[in-house]
Amino acid sequence: MPFSSLLQFFVSGVTVGATYGLTALGFTMIYNTTGIINFAQGEFVMLGGMLAVFSMTWGGLPLPAAVPLAVLLVTAIGVAVDRLTIRPMRGRPPVTLVIVTIGISILLRGGAMLVFGKDTHSLPPFSEGAAIPIAGASLLPQTLWVVGITIAVVAAMKMFFDRTITGKAMLACACDRRAASLMGINVDVMVTLSFAFSALVGALGGVILAPITLTAYDVGVLLGIKGFAACILGGLGNPFGAVAGGLIIGVLESMGAGILSSGYKDAIAFVILLALLFLRPSGLFGKASADRV
Amino acid sequence: MSSIGSKGALAGLAAFAAAIVLAPFLLPDYYQSVLIVAGFFAILSMGLNLLLGYAGQISLGHAAFYGLSAYASGILTATYHWPVPAGVAAGVLLSGVTAALIGIPTLKLKGHYLAMGTLGFGVIVYIVLNEAVGLTAGPSGFTGIPRLSAFGRTFTSDREYYFIVWGIAFLLFVLAQNLVHSRMGRALRAIHTSESAASVLGIDVPRYKAFVFVLSAVYAGIAGALYAHFVTFVSPGSFSFNASVQIVTMVVLGGMASLWGALAGAVFLTVLPEWLRAIENYDILIYGAILILTMRFLPGGLAEGACRLLSRVRRLFRGKKADAAVLPDAGREDA
Amino acid sequence: MRGIRKVMAALLGTALLTGGAAFAAEPIRIGAIFSVTGPAAFLGEPERNTARMLEEEINRQGGLLGRKIELVVYDDESDPTKAVIAVDRLLKKDKVSAIIGPSTTGSTMAIAPKAEEAKVPLVSCAAAIDIVSPVRKFVFKTPQSDVLAVRQIYRHAKKAGIRKMAILTASDAFGAAGRKELKELAGKFDMMIVADEVFGPKDTDMNAQLAKIKGTPAQAIVCWGTNPGPAVVARNRTQLGIAMPLYMSHGVASNKFIELAGKENAEGILLPAGRLIVDEQVAAKHPQKKLLAKYAGDYEKRFKAPVSSFGGYAYDALSLLAHAIKAGKSAEPAAVRDALEKTRGFWATTGEFTFTPADHNGLTEEAFVMVRITKGGWEMLK
Repeated sequence: MPFSSLLQFFVSGVTVGATYGLTALGFTMIYNTTGIINFAQGEFVMLGGMLAVFSMTWGGLPLPAAVPLAVLLVTAIGVAVDRLTIRPMRGRPPVTLVIVTIGISILLRGGAMLVFGKDTHSLPPFSEGAAIPIAGASLLPQTLWVVGITIAVVAAMKMFFDRTITGKAMLACACDRRAASLMGINVDVMVTLSFAFSALVGALGGVILAPITLTAYDVGVLLGIKGFAACILGGLGNPFGAVAGGLIIGVLESMGAGILSSGYKDAIAFVILLALLFLRPSGLFGKASADRV
Repeated sequence: MSSIGSKGALAGLAAFAAAIVLAPFLLPDYYQSVLIVAGFFAILSMGLNLLLGYAGQISLGHAAFYGLSAYASGILTATYHWPVPAGVAAGVLLSGVTAALIGIPTLKLKGHYLAMGTLGFGVIVYIVLNEAVGLTAGPSGFTGIPRLSAFGRTFTSDREYYFIVWGIAFLLFVLAQNLVHSRMGRALRAIHTSESAASVLGIDVPRYKAFVFVLSAVYAGIAGALYAHFVTFVSPGSFSFNASVQIVTMVVLGGMASLWGALAGAVFLTVLPEWLRAIENYDILIYGAILILTMRFLPGGLAEGACRLLSRVRRLFRGKKADAAVLPDAGREDA
Repeated sequence: MRGIRKVMAALLGTALLTGGAAFAAEPIRIGAIFSVTGPAAFLGEPERNTARMLEEEINRQGGLLGRKIELVVYDDESDPTKAVIAVDRLLKKDKVSAIIGPSTTGSTMAIAPKAEEAKVPLVSCAAAIDIVSPVRKFVFKTPQSDVLAVRQIYRHAKKAGIRKMAILTASDAFGAAGRKELKELAGKFDMMIVADEVFGPKDTDMNAQLAKIKGTPAQAIVCWGTNPGPAVVARNRTQLGIAMPLYMSHGVASNKFIELAGKENAEGILLPAGRLIVDEQVAAKHPQKKLLAKYAGDYEKRFKAPVSSFGGYAYDALSLLAHAIKAGKSAEPAAVRDALEKTRGFWATTGEFTFTPADHNGLTEEAFVMVRITKGGWEMLK
């Protein structure tokens, strides 16, 4: 196998992996305040891409206006999801809430299908230009946007959770909601905020990925699975781990496809993921958790 | 829910049996295949409920056990001309053995990590079904599976099939009910509440968890083999992640830790799309909305909702005094 | 008995003819199962739209045998199990004369035994050759079998001096069927398959597969799938600077593909397609010319979406049934089947159908033409 091919597999893996990592970041946000896995996270990503596409085709907006509008709209949808469904059901067992998020994902996906149709769409890249050759491999300019924005988002999240009082309050909600509320933290606001942020991050991911990956009403399902896998591999609740998990899965898939078998590439990635989980049951960068049921 | 005395349990079983016998006569003819499919899901969700509802262990890969058995029985009977009962037995066995093998490392995971472990297993099985083209015929699906037969008789009519599927579902229901009211059932519930506490009490937690995991896979395997010999065709799409999520949804929507709930969830979610056919296009929105609203207003699922309704009806029959006491309560709940 | 029945029929016929306007006869019910939602919606949606459009058109022209037709459409959500439930409903509740669809091979295989058992003709809109081979008495299909498309590609490649081929197929039913034929027919055309790669139907990056192919001695690539996968392949091919010819299947024969891949990335791609996509370039004398122009025009005007060959499968299925009902002068399922099997030289959007007891697809290789994507449009090759 020539080096240039291996490098190409790696570059492709990083591009795809960043997709998973960004989705995983959204999962992390909501998990960190509510302890639940939001199965509608992939739909936030889908909505980001789709709303950007349709702001351009229906609204006639230029790309630089369509992108922030889409992100803003999805953030609003995230807040609405929390207010209408999650908040009235606070304190219910996690499994119940997970089913509710499944219901939400069905609603959002179905709504997108009815409003936007079933076709696949593409978004123009953020910057013009041909693929950039590096040592025999090639890289799309949009990949640089994806990687750059992913790094910026992780850094911002890390800062937010470590340095700001709001971020710490959100983490406190995840650890023990009652204790947090006794400490004077407004848990409702924190949860709403986490939905807003996670929708924002998801939408941002959807928008920057759409030029490379194309988008359709149903792209959220696969992204949801891979994003969930990424944050589990990285260790739940750790933004850095989520992105690292995404990159690892992306590179594993790409290397698996290139070196072993393209048919089994996802299986290869999941076998390795399971093997890692059996060795480290709390993920690569997760803290070993106490028995909290 | 109130504890089920043996008298109540027998009455329940009698009602269940009566419902099975009467349903095909009360419902229009074309409901038969819907009810048969509901039967597969009823068996699947009863099995998963033992694991998820009683023992508190989630599986997001249950469709894999359903599919493994369906494919194994289909391939053995169609390609290798095994007799159908042998194929079914081999399929169920394969599901059970696979569960035993992967259960040992997987069940060490907890909560969302367990969800991921089982999900990953489901994805791997799904990919193998897609890619092992020589054996499974790949994404196009595997055709030519014979109809169910036993004792030299092939069951071709849907009505026969209906009674076979629901007869088996009934037996599996009785089995599960006995199990959850045994020592075993209490141990499982103890594990659900707190694994550490259960093991302090001397419960062999890993063994109980592995046992119930295998048992629920066997239930899925039975459903899978029955499915394969009913449709006579299997394709990987029927055993994807979506199918796993659907089974979990049936269990939770029906009511956790309730076998009646598993039945109710399975039948309701199978029949619901048939009712929604009239509102073509918007059915998917209604489906999602019903899911959310049920969880919102019936925290204990359909089973608990039905119980509440039943007890209210009972109180209504108890005379005027009780009636007066009930009414304001009813008014509040409906609002 | 027979005499009496004939007299009754004659009386009934007269009554219908004379009183037809006043007493509208019971409509002829035709069932349809399409994957309007789910992963195969790209097939089911245009099929449903087309069938509805054609239903209205037939009724505008007075229906069949003096009766209106009523199309009962059920969505199987791309799930064979749901198709089984739907076919039961069509047969037992709606009591249809015939069924068109399903959209996918899986659903078709799942319900074919039911149609056989009920003795109701089924005209499938799914491609796999297994549907009609071995022949089942009541099961027909309209799409060209993949084997015809593969032959066109290999013949073209052979003429261009290509001997070493890389194949890159989607891991769904459509891609898997193509892959099977590509491998089986390779020997016949002296092709050597030097790379056999697949991609998931929802995958967003095929660079790994293409980089691997780039490192093989392949002289051309055949990609088999439906949107969006092949569009990603076309994009990634440009990204990696792969110059060898790229063949695609008829699965991408719609303007949507060029839009998704981008004009510059789609340039030069070769594929076999039905004449629908190049209707303007079809010779004026060709028997399909008028039909194609009308269908494409009506569809695009009504649904504001580019026409695809998939919708054409449903168009053909319904018009074949309408033809058979008229020819056999009966809407009884068994009579419709018999008349359908006698169909000879019937031109529809996909090609010329000639059914025989041994051939329930009835198309020849002639149904396909090779086209090249040039400057964002379709160029028919001679």
